[in-house]
Amino acid sequence: MAKSNIVARTGNEAMAEAMRQINPDVVAAYPITPATEIVQIFAGYVADGIVDTEFVPVESEHSAMSACIGSSAAGGRTMTGTSSQGLALMAEMLYIAAGLRLPIVLADVNRALSSPINIHCDHSDTMMVKDAGWVQIFSENAQEAYDNMIQAVRIAESSKLPVVVTTDGFIISHGMERIEILDDKAVKDFVGEYKPENYLLNFDRPITAGALDLTDYYFEHKRQQIEAIKDSKKVILDVAGDFAAKFGRSYGLFEKYRMEDAEVALVAMGSTAGTAKVTVDALREKGVKAGLIKPRVFRPFPKEELADALKGVKAIAVMDRSDSMNAQEGPLCLEIKAALYDKGISKTVLNYVYGLGGREIRLDEIEAVFNDLAAAIKGSKKPAVTYLGVRE
Amino acid sequence: MAAEKIRKPGWKDLPEGDLIIGGGTAAEFKTGDWRSRRPVLLKDKCINCLTCWIYCPDSAIIVKDGKVEDYDYDHCKGCGICYHECPVKGKAIKMIPEKEAKAGEKK
Repeated sequence: MAKSNIVARTGNEAMAEAMRQINPDVVAAYPITPATEIVQIFAGYVADGIVDTEFVPVESEHSAMSACIGSSAAGGRTMTGTSSQGLALMAEMLYIAAGLRLPIVLADVNRALSSPINIHCDHSDTMMVKDAGWVQIFSENAQEAYDNMIQAVRIAESSKLPVVVTTDGFIISHGMERIEILDDKAVKDFVGEYKPENYLLNFDRPITAGALDLTDYYFEHKRQQIEAIKDSKKVILDVAGDFAAKFGRSYGLFEKYRMEDAEVALVAMGSTAGTAKVTVDALREKGVKAGLIKPRVFRPFPKEELADALKGVKAIAVMDRSDSMNAQEGPLCLEIKAALYDKGISKTVLNYVYGLGGREIRLDEIEAVFNDLAAAIKGSKKPAVTYLGVRE
Repeated sequence: MAAEKIRKPGWKDLPEGDLIIGGGTAAEFKTGDWRSRRPVLLKDKCINCLTCWIYCPDSAIIVKDGKVEDYDYDHCKGCGICYHECPVKGKAIKMIPEKEAKAGEKK
């Protein structure tokens, strides 16, 4: 087992620490609350000569991702960080990064999208770009944010896909926790040297990137991208396996918490999963067979695996920290339902849209959700979607 | 006359990421069929000043030993800039309709 040490770090500090140890060739970024610190701390490392990175301060997030695309296409290991409106402003370039199959790693701190303007956590920013072709990894706490950043580099470079690692705004980004930082050399060895197959600065093998692709080739290139995102599931698991073998912390496509004999299950992503674990433990003490599924990877969506994990329960509550404004359920719930349908599994699935704009989610609210599931099993009719914690 | 159907590479055979591998591949893209009028060189009038060669946006003027030899009709789009810039009185280039040129070629 590699040498390590225990430190107190906020989520932002943990992500900046991971970036220092990864020591990327290029970071191009623009500040935005609550993600500013990640790159601010990292810029300090650049200024102090602690890392070898070329830091590109730009005038907007659109430019930040554009510079990242240029750098990554040129052959450099490239990272950036943003949040909310910044991610929205990057949206155009996120699709281009994915289409060009550039392994950029982005630290995103989940924050509500305007309007109304708000700086606190929900998942609407990340959900807005769920179809951009990026691998999306959610973190429950600062430790996971740190571990996910390190794994993201290898996932990106092996699958030739960009990866976004998210934390929850303020809850994780500014909350200080006890985390285990790995030895610098162990991280360096784990991420290895980046050796792209094709890159613009390789003068021995010239390439054109981003050529016009009309009716006769666009579809084929998109088909390749679809296959890459499907294949990335295996890459994610392989990298997680190696990480667990070297550092002892296990990750998968999602985490199953006390699901062995669960009758009622909650599905929640990010920091809320941590809160829900406390509720699950308390309910288990009372004899309620409660369990939790915490999707870590939203893209690619682990459809078969999630359906298998949920097939044994009697009722499911899916917690969505964003709404798709589609007059039906939130994005996570829709995909869970689709996953169950394809496996021929029909059971009660209730959707809870919660925590928009950073609204607190409390233990008693999560317990109430479990109570709803228990009542639903006994035949009580519950609404398909509940807006949890909103004032009527 | 139906053109022979050429099977283009499928998604498994293409380089990933919309990349084109190799340099100078624009030469393989024949843009000459965009042309509606083609330049024809009048060798007896040409003073070989190479003004057309400088101006041609498609590098479609073929020059050999400092003299204009011909046009690369695989890539000439028929824009007529060479004709416009030709400084010779009465022009050393004439622009003729592509249809007419094609008909002449068949004879």
